[in-house]
Amino acid sequence: MSVAIGRYKRELSVAAAYLTLLVVLGVVAPRFFQVEFRDTWVSAAPMLVVAIGMTLVIVARHIDISIGSQFSICAVAAGLLAKTGLAMPVVIAVTLLVGALMGAINGWLVAGIGLPSIVVTLATMVIFRQSLSWARQGELVANIPDGFQWFGRGQAMGQWLVISVGIAVLVVFTIGASWVAAGREVYTVGSDRETARLAGINPAAVVFGVFVVMGVLVGLGAILQSVRFPQVDPKSGDGLELQAIAAVVVGGTAISGGRGTMLGSLVGVALLGTIGAAMVFLTRQAQWDKAIQGIIILVAVASDGFSRRRKRAV
Amino acid sequence: MEPVLETLLELSSISKSFGGVRALDGVSLELKSGEVHALVGENGAGKSTLIKIITGAVQADAGSIRILGRTVERNDPSTARQFGIAAIYQQPALFPDLTVAENIGLRLEPSNGLRFIRWRKRRENASRLLKRIGALISPEALVRDLKMPEQQLVEIASAIGGDAKLLILDEPTSSLTEREVETLFRIVRQLREAGVGMIYISHRMDELAKVADRVTVLRDGKLVGTCAMSAVTTGELIRMMVGRELSSVFPKIQVDAGQSVLRMADVGCSESGVGGIDLEVRAGEIVGLAGLVGAGRSELARILFGLTPADAGRIFLRGKAVRINSPSEAVRLGIAYVPEDRRRHGVILEMPVTSNTTLAILRRISRVGLLDFQREHEITKAFVKRLGIKTPSLDAPLGQLSGGNQQKVALARWLATEPAVIILDEPTQGVDVGAKAEIHRLMSELAARGLAIIMISSELPEILGMSDQIAVMHSGRIVGVLNRADATQEKVLRLALGHRNLEAVA
Repeated sequence: MSVAIGRYKRELSVAAAYLTLLVVLGVVAPRFFQVEFRDTWVSAAPMLVVAIGMTLVIVARHIDISIGSQFSICAVAAGLLAKTGLAMPVVIAVTLLVGALMGAINGWLVAGIGLPSIVVTLATMVIFRQSLSWARQGELVANIPDGFQWFGRGQAMGQWLVISVGIAVLVVFTIGASWVAAGREVYTVGSDRETARLAGINPAAVVFGVFVVMGVLVGLGAILQSVRFPQVDPKSGDGLELQAIAAVVVGGTAISGGRGTMLGSLVGVALLGTIGAAMVFLTRQAQWDKAIQGIIILVAVASDGFSRRRKRAV
Repeated sequence: MEPVLETLLELSSISKSFGGVRALDGVSLELKSGEVHALVGENGAGKSTLIKIITGAVQADAGSIRILGRTVERNDPSTARQFGIAAIYQQPALFPDLTVAENIGLRLEPSNGLRFIRWRKRRENASRLLKRIGALISPEALVRDLKMPEQQLVEIASAIGGDAKLLILDEPTSSLTEREVETLFRIVRQLREAGVGMIYISHRMDELAKVADRVTVLRDGKLVGTCAMSAVTTGELIRMMVGRELSSVFPKIQVDAGQSVLRMADVGCSESGVGGIDLEVRAGEIVGLAGLVGAGRSELARILFGLTPADAGRIFLRGKAVRINSPSEAVRLGIAYVPEDRRRHGVILEMPVTSNTTLAILRRISRVGLLDFQREHEITKAFVKRLGIKTPSLDAPLGQLSGGNQQKVALARWLATEPAVIILDEPTQGVDVGAKAEIHRLMSELAARGLAIIMISSELPEILGMSDQIAVMHSGRIVGVLNRADATQEKVLRLALGHRNLEAVA
């Protein structure tokens, strides 16, 4: 039991911070739970789905900063597809495919050609974003049929659906990371690419797969995000990459690869996603929330550094 | 004018241990100015350690060092440099993205971060030094664009520029062509005239005869002797290098070799410089690959494992021609490879014993796509028992295990794939004596069960003690295959040194 606690120390401490925040809110501003609480989870669901993909990417010792642009493209694509009158399942399938395609482009450049992922995704970030703004001139996708918003199920039902999809993805990938061979291969490649290769694993295939999965999850996140609103904003993904990386890092995933859990990313998303709304309730000022998010990231990373230094001293 | 021969360096009774292993034991050496002093010995005889003590990279445990008649209490790299000691290694240690002049300047100019760099002087100085050794290299060239021998010349130029009185040349010719070697020798003779003392390490006996004045032989960290180069024959030198008894008993089980498992016909790979390989390994047989460092043994293993696929010849597995283009194909074909340098490429220290053991059989222990943890535990437990792996628990991170036990886990991973052929690259390197004996016993058992084993080892006793057949490599080729009964240390070493004529030793 103590071993399990030791292994999940980071996840547990972030979860504790999140619960503490909820308790403080419950005492100081109990209205938060009537007005905001469910909403923080509805808006966290798309972020969670994307952060899970990012966890895989970072565990494989890579990074994808093009996901914000991918997200905007997928959201706009979903809106436009819905406008053509296609059935919702078709809209979803095609949007996921669009995400997979963009992920495959990144994956091919990184794993196939062997370019550094930070440079590749920096380039594709700009390319994807500029292509979208050239094609749409910043125009919102409006007049989307009713069947699109909340999957045509009404707000309450729709909100639960969004949260459920987020949780389902979490469950699937938690199992995938530990119980599926491919999942363990991602961790192995991130820990030591050469050892993985010598064990008969194909690191290029693993990394390619990770980028494709990232793209699919970005597509899914974009759908969960856009069904919440009557119109699709072509800038809906702006800054998403940094938020996702922040949540993953706060959740304990090592930026140097090989280490990290999906549950960690869940608590990271929960904590960072609630802070903003909580600040409004606690101080009636919203301008501090970004700074506090920054402080949380620093504290998380610093605690990694300290615990590693202590281990080395022993 | 005859140069005055003063003593540059005097090492007396130098000893050095690394974690309980004696690398040097009471070694003495003297170097005079204007002398080329050859240092020879098998892999692991203590040559590198001795060099490191002279350059101050490591400190001796006991013994004294006198440089230019002054006793040096604590030698360190900067002290050694002040005395004019410089070393040139096999692999030049230059900054590839800087120019030749910058590289030379970095060595010679005082290192002060705020110092103003006088570029013209730096360039002139570099071209003067290069001219002195007769090298036609532009000071403006990027080191990256230079060939290996040219880089070596740059190293020599900066050593001379630093007024080196004592130059150490560690296998300087291993990557040079014959003509480049001649250029190097010309420079060596030039430096000798100028009174520079040189310690020259090489495995090429014929070269030593050409340049060296005296030779010192090391064996197992001990001094065998120093004599004038003209007074010894190559055969005598080789005998001095190996002349020892087999120090441990090897638990080799006599097995009748079965059918051919692996056969190579004229296999080669231009990328790794290995060619014309003909070798057969039969079931139950241990084939030892002997040779000096850089002879192409690991490169051959990498060909068989698909890391650098063969581009010539044919490989047969159980009589069927196969192509091995990637490690995953090799694994599928039943070839296993436990690489050298386990810490870097063998095991993942932060992962538990279980995951390390099953890394190569993840698909096989999956049921409906999900890993069967219970089976993973059972398999790991069985190997922990069979190989006698000492671990706190099956879930302990591998970093908590000792070197010998880590090596056994690496072995377990490959045995778990149930291979037909297993290649062990330096299987007992860096493990203690007890673990070594256990690994030898295991190898013997595995062979007895019909596994075909290829063992690469730099330790002659291990090669002779464990192998049924010994294939000796030199310069990327197999230069001889010896039967267990016929093999002696001298024969193997003679082949490894590139002397085909066996009769001369016998």
